[in-house]
Amino acid sequence: MSHSNQQFKRKTFDFSSWFFTVLTGAATYLIVSILAVILLNVLISGLPRFSWRFLTGGTERDMFSVANAGVWPMIVGTSIRVFVMTLMVVPVGVITAIYLTEYASSISFLTRVIRGAVNNLAGVPSIVFGLFGLGFFISYVGKGLDHVFYAGGESHWGKPAVIWAALTLAVMTLPVVIVATEESLRSIQPGLREASLALGATKLQTIFKIVVPQAMPGILTGAILAIGRAAGEVAPILFTGVAYYMADLPHSLNDLFMDLGFHTFILASQSPNIEQTKPILYSTVLTLLLLTFGLNFIAVLVRGRMRAARRSVH
Amino acid sequence: MQETANNLEAKRSIGWMGLSRGHKARPLEWLIEKGIFLVAISAILVVFLIFLFVLREAWPIFSGKANSAAARKVIPADQIDKLTPAQLQAYLELTPDEFNKKDKETLKLLMEVKEEAGKEAVPDKDEALNTTEWKYILKPYAWTGYSKPEYIWQPISNIKKYNIIPLIIGSLKTTLVALLFSVPLSIAAAIYVSQLANPKVKEWVKPAIEMLSGIPSVVMGVFALLVLATFLQTIFHYNSRLNALVAGVALGLAIVPVIFSIAEDALTSVPRSYVQAALAVGSSKWQAAWQVVLPAALPGVFAAVILGFGRAIGETMIVLLASGNASIMSASIFDSTRSITSTIAAELAEAVFGGHHYGMLFMIGTLLFGVTFVSNLMGEYIMYRLKSRLEGKQK
Repeated sequence: MSHSNQQFKRKTFDFSSWFFTVLTGAATYLIVSILAVILLNVLISGLPRFSWRFLTGGTERDMFSVANAGVWPMIVGTSIRVFVMTLMVVPVGVITAIYLTEYASSISFLTRVIRGAVNNLAGVPSIVFGLFGLGFFISYVGKGLDHVFYAGGESHWGKPAVIWAALTLAVMTLPVVIVATEESLRSIQPGLREASLALGATKLQTIFKIVVPQAMPGILTGAILAIGRAAGEVAPILFTGVAYYMADLPHSLNDLFMDLGFHTFILASQSPNIEQTKPILYSTVLTLLLLTFGLNFIAVLVRGRMRAARRSVH
Repeated sequence: MQETANNLEAKRSIGWMGLSRGHKARPLEWLIEKGIFLVAISAILVVFLIFLFVLREAWPIFSGKANSAAARKVIPADQIDKLTPAQLQAYLELTPDEFNKKDKETLKLLMEVKEEAGKEAVPDKDEALNTTEWKYILKPYAWTGYSKPEYIWQPISNIKKYNIIPLIIGSLKTTLVALLFSVPLSIAAAIYVSQLANPKVKEWVKPAIEMLSGIPSVVMGVFALLVLATFLQTIFHYNSRLNALVAGVALGLAIVPVIFSIAEDALTSVPRSYVQAALAVGSSKWQAAWQVVLPAALPGVFAAVILGFGRAIGETMIVLLASGNASIMSASIFDSTRSITSTIAAELAEAVFGGHHYGMLFMIGTLLFGVTFVSNLMGEYIMYRLKSRLEGKQK
């Protein structure tokens, strides 16, 4: 089909067509070059202070001291919250996607409502997730746990903590996992399912022994995309568990934690001398970008390999 | 040909959907399948819970139960025995936890401190007002020290002023700038990538634009704060370095991938035969794109703009870092502004848990959720209708 377009090339020169093609092309390349400017800016300004010492060192109480800058506690904090989140969101997301592709009829009202809810969840502002985490997880679930287990005593769970931040992020990234898993489940040939059924397997056996293993790369992509998204988010964790400064690393699920994105925000907004702290700010941004972009990049690679593998099978 | 193949596929998968063989013989599998169903409806439950629990914290404001005036009436410390514990707790603005931890001596001391503060304070004609009433939230009022009625959001002051109009204007102003910047850019890019560019260009440009969405909003905010603000100031020569323009442009960059991918999706789903027909009667590629494909996909482009609007108005970190955060009533985009989202982010940590300021922040959060919910629903619905129409499905 595409080669037929070329045969329809007009012989007369049409100025307005040429002009608008150039104009829309310019818009496209403008967007791409802005992306390049942002990335280069971070890379060039962030590299001078970026070192092994910076990655593995802690920070002092005075976070704006350039000599003692380090982001290790933030890397640990971000990793923990994202890890706990992954444990929660992947099973729920995958099971929902299995229901939507394998069980639900695509025309039923309930399916449309579930899909609508998933799409809507993807568009809820991240700050509202933060409010939800505070209003539901901390002051309802957490306070409830305190009431049941430690009646009248100190609050163990009814306060900001890494677990509540992780749960809030899990709710936020649910649509990412569902959409990616659904896509990969749909791309599996119905013939595989039919062959399994023909051999006498039940529907559930077919799903868990044939369909899900085939869809594994897609599920993995979804998980990585969710991690990449969650690692950079700051708004949902502002009130649900992030700490301005902690002398120790978090030890249990109800501890506070330090976070890369939040640390970036502090360095950018509360520094007494922004010119002086700019290098460590940029290095922190670079670390954060390496983490989120690195994960996105891996997701793209996994997806590409998955597609190539599928092409070679069929 | 395509049509019949699709129908066959659909019939095949409907057969699989209705498959229930073996359920009676295997109660465990039946149970697991019911479990899968329950997990699947959790998405609906979550949306419902978000609404419920954000509204729950804001309820005192909506129902008019919150009263910011009562807290400033001074009660002499020796009258401590006349107050019930609940009154005392409200008077001292303590949470139940904090209240239970303190003994009577400490409470009395706190009352004395309050009494002292009350004596020193200059009497104010607005002291007795309950500023959480709707007329103060929505309408201008001539506060002490102001000559004419004004809209003011000032929760950290003696008289707490909770007028949300400046915040709504701030949010709309940055969102409008963001849309003006990103809509022409991303729709032009969507037309170019889906209709005009050759496939090889498309293969790398599309992922590159979508990569923009992989930049965390705090990073975009830092970029706006350090680079974009300086750049725009040298062009426009305005006074306040951080303002609605800087925040809006950065916000626009953040929503470019949203608008681009939805618009591109809509343009691509226009059947290829439309373009081929247009080319066959002698139009150029641009004419086909502009006069045939774009009108057919127009609802989708509209949906992209609506969804971009929802994303822009809910964005927090960019606005928090780049807008300057002063709640000024002004229509100029060169003034510093404060949006709904950045107000919540900046003030919630300082608000007394369960107090009226806290309730007020949850109230504007509920408004924000409502606005994005409606815009998402509209966008999704338009997109759904368009795709059903273009793919030839009836209803």
